[in-house]
Amino acid sequence: MIKVKINGQEQSWDGDPDLPLLWFLRDEAGLTGTKFGCGQALCGACTVIVDKEAVRSCITSINDVAGREVTTIEGLHPNGDHPVQKAWRQVNVPQCGFCQAGQIMQAAALLMENPKPSHDQIREAMAGNICRCGCYQRIENAVHLASTGV
Amino acid sequence: MNFIDNPGKLRGFEKHIRVEKVSRRSILKGLGVTGGFVLAAPVMSRQAFAYETGAGKMPHGVVVDPRVFVAVAPDGTVTILAHRAEMGTGVRTSLPLIVAEEMEADWSRVKVEQAHGDEVKFGNQDTDGSRSTRHYLIPMRQIGASARTMLEQAAAKRWGVPATEVKAVNHEVVHSASGRKLGFGELAADAAKESVPAIEGLKLKDPKDFRYLGKGQVGIVDLHDITTGKARYGADVRLPGMKYAVIARPPVTGGKLVSFDPDAALKVPGVEKVMQARGWPWPSKFQPLGGVAVIARNTGAAIKGRDALKLTWDDGANGKYDSVAYRKELEEASRKPGLVVRQEGDADAALKGADKVVVGEYYLPHLAHVSMEPPVAVADVKGDKAEIWAPVQSPGGTREDVAKTLGIPEDNVTVNVTLLGGGFGRKSKCDFALEAALLSKELGAPVKVQWTREDDLHHDFLHTVSVERIEAGLDKSGKVIAWRHRSVAPTIASTFAAGANHAAPFELGMGLVDMPFEIANISCENPEAAAFTRIGWFRSVSNIPRAFAVQSMVGEIAHATGRDQKETLLALIGSPRIVKPAVKDMWNYGEPYDSYPIDTARLRKVVELVAEKGEWGRQVPKGHGLGIAVHRSFVSYIATIVEVAIDEKGKLSVPRVDTAIDCGTYVNPERIASQIEGAAIMGLSLAKYGAVTFKDGKVEQKNFDDFQVIRMDESPGVTNVYIVPPGPDTPPSGVGEPGVPPFAPALMNAIFAAAGKRIRSLPLGKQLEA
Ligand code: FES
Ligand code: FES
Repeated sequence: MIKVKINGQEQSWDGDPDLPLLWFLRDEAGLTGTKFGCGQALCGACTVIVDKEAVRSCITSINDVAGREVTTIEGLHPNGDHPVQKAWRQVNVPQCGFCQAGQIMQAAALLMENPKPSHDQIREAMAGNICRCGCYQRIENAVHLASTGV
Repeated sequence: MNFIDNPGKLRGFEKHIRVEKVSRRSILKGLGVTGGFVLAAPVMSRQAFAYETGAGKMPHGVVVDPRVFVAVAPDGTVTILAHRAEMGTGVRTSLPLIVAEEMEADWSRVKVEQAHGDEVKFGNQDTDGSRSTRHYLIPMRQIGASARTMLEQAAAKRWGVPATEVKAVNHEVVHSASGRKLGFGELAADAAKESVPAIEGLKLKDPKDFRYLGKGQVGIVDLHDITTGKARYGADVRLPGMKYAVIARPPVTGGKLVSFDPDAALKVPGVEKVMQARGWPWPSKFQPLGGVAVIARNTGAAIKGRDALKLTWDDGANGKYDSVAYRKELEEASRKPGLVVRQEGDADAALKGADKVVVGEYYLPHLAHVSMEPPVAVADVKGDKAEIWAPVQSPGGTREDVAKTLGIPEDNVTVNVTLLGGGFGRKSKCDFALEAALLSKELGAPVKVQWTREDDLHHDFLHTVSVERIEAGLDKSGKVIAWRHRSVAPTIASTFAAGANHAAPFELGMGLVDMPFEIANISCENPEAAAFTRIGWFRSVSNIPRAFAVQSMVGEIAHATGRDQKETLLALIGSPRIVKPAVKDMWNYGEPYDSYPIDTARLRKVVELVAEKGEWGRQVPKGHGLGIAVHRSFVSYIATIVEVAIDEKGKLSVPRVDTAIDCGTYVNPERIASQIEGAAIMGLSLAKYGAVTFKDGKVEQKNFDDFQVIRMDESPGVTNVYIVPPGPDTPPSGVGEPGVPPFAPALMNAIFAAAGKRIRSLPLGKQLEA
């Protein structure tokens, strides 16, 4: 039996220990905010925060996070008012929105590690997250806004 | 002014967004949903327009009925139906916003609900072709004005005063003579009993009184849900007892399953069943390809199970498809005369007599849509009833195709439209929903079919592959006197009918026969090209290769004559005029030519505007260069300037992009800017990396590592968008697609300016590093 804390709640799993965390979250735990975009750690749509680090849940097995704390977009802030989320809304970032949970989790992890990232640091830290709609200019502005106070 | 200089800096959207929780019952009491009220669709009369659009000619036309689109609850909440699909363009915000504007609803008290697929009830729902605002600006205004009139009439009756004395203002109706007011909620029940006013007599608001239209101050309606993970896409639908499926499809288009061994797959924990999935021979429009489905308790198990399948395929005739060989065929075809599709003067003679002939042969490979959300659908088929939840651009078409595929009446099919995680034309084809419907029927349980990214790349309806060859004949003064354009590419028609070898009229009308330059001798030809895979619409379609060739050629002519790119471009466009269509019944994006002619004054205007705002001719550092391109598509006019920087190693970056768009009368400039910003990224992606190639009939790319798209670290430093303020009666035109075509040629013209190297073959790849 694998135990893992997701958004503060204890969850357990006694199926395939190799099941990617992404599918556990989406299909077993019903947390569909985390998205599937590539399954190969190439797009960042599935980004969640494990302890304090951004990870790609599509290549992280449920076993890899046993005993650890996972935060998904649903658990980032109780009212959805994390500075990154607020900044995102102020800048009206999303187009289709499908990549945005991953982008927001990546940005939140970046700001935990580096509260005042430079222009280049933002562009580098966010480069693993693809936005096919091409919202990069606004994502960059929103991360900057979140880091300077919303 | 209507220019948006830095939309990224806009603040304060949040206060406009409030997601009300309204129980269905309270809506049902409101205006619009009372049972026997739904009449045969009143298709709007032509006379009601200040201009005509092609909306009425679309399948099922347009429905203008406030009882279908608007409901007012007793608590004052106004619910407006969005009947077009949201894939990122902002249409779920913009169309309801038009209704709210015209009915004087307070946007913060508006709730948007998504309509299911029912074109008889809602009118055409095919969200494609950059048509939504263009076709629905007037109808949505009429719907809003009708609802407002009904509320005003109800208030006037209640007060016993003439309707002319009352006026709806910001969610209430006011009788100013007596100072009385009634909120929309208080009037809802009475307003529902009023008859719907005739369209012809409706009084529309004076645009100077607009609170929302043309202002761009509202956030998208799904903003809060998207940023908190609550927004529901196709993949997020979960039903009790739902099974998860992935399908192994024939690796070659038109291939067939010979045999399969399910044993290893069935041993994977969580896998419940392995079954054959029904397929149709190629070409068969949007019917599924068939293969073997793995059914499991979650998607992860289904994927792992599929990896363990042992499969034998018969590749069939398309197993020979090879992109390297095919390119040679296209090139050869482009060097020989082909079917003449446009002719003015005598291009052959003029080319022979020319002082100089500039020749450009351009190659553009297949492209995949790779919308961020791969295709996915949920189906629940019980007996002769089917319910579908899917991210489809065409819910009406999906409903029709599901009914046909299952052999049940269309009335028995419900198609729920979720948010689309990107579409770009891919999700106009409902094959994935048909797969889910077929599997659900056979399993007797709800099922979700999830495509992986590999599936998406291997079984897309790809953007075509083409060779565009242009020969331009110049006289002694450098004036272009002859123009021959041969366009060779497999046609989208080949997905619908075997043996379609020439471009369909709509493909010819995308940048070939509608080419607007003022040249005396023009010949456009379309040599034959056979298709060996599924070809489909990709954002802006044939405009991509045509604009690339034509606008690159402008750069080549500028170089050959030693003139400025922009001046060369304006000289070719020629005098401000309404261009007379060069071919009979020229396809004009489905629009009447009188309302939407090719107007070279507007074409010139976007060039001049972008040149001014984008500081054309400015000094740039060494290794940098500026390029410009313009293109009319989806009846809009767009010009782009790209600045590139190329370092010693040949590495490219894009410090700045400037784009001017004239899309006529517009609704939501903030979303126009976001579409154009996105189009620059898509344009850069296809120019730098975009290529799907075939070997032995199979797509060689698998995922985002070998089908690359632009990421943030390579995205333009800044993208500026300038919107041309419309004239008083300028009809609205497309926005979603037209930003894409001018980008790649502007980039290549910029690369030439920076490095003196002319790139004629896409993608750029490592060509600058050689
Ligand atoms: S789905 Fe995990 S990185 Fe793309
Ligand atoms: S908003 Fe559509 S992929 Fe990012």
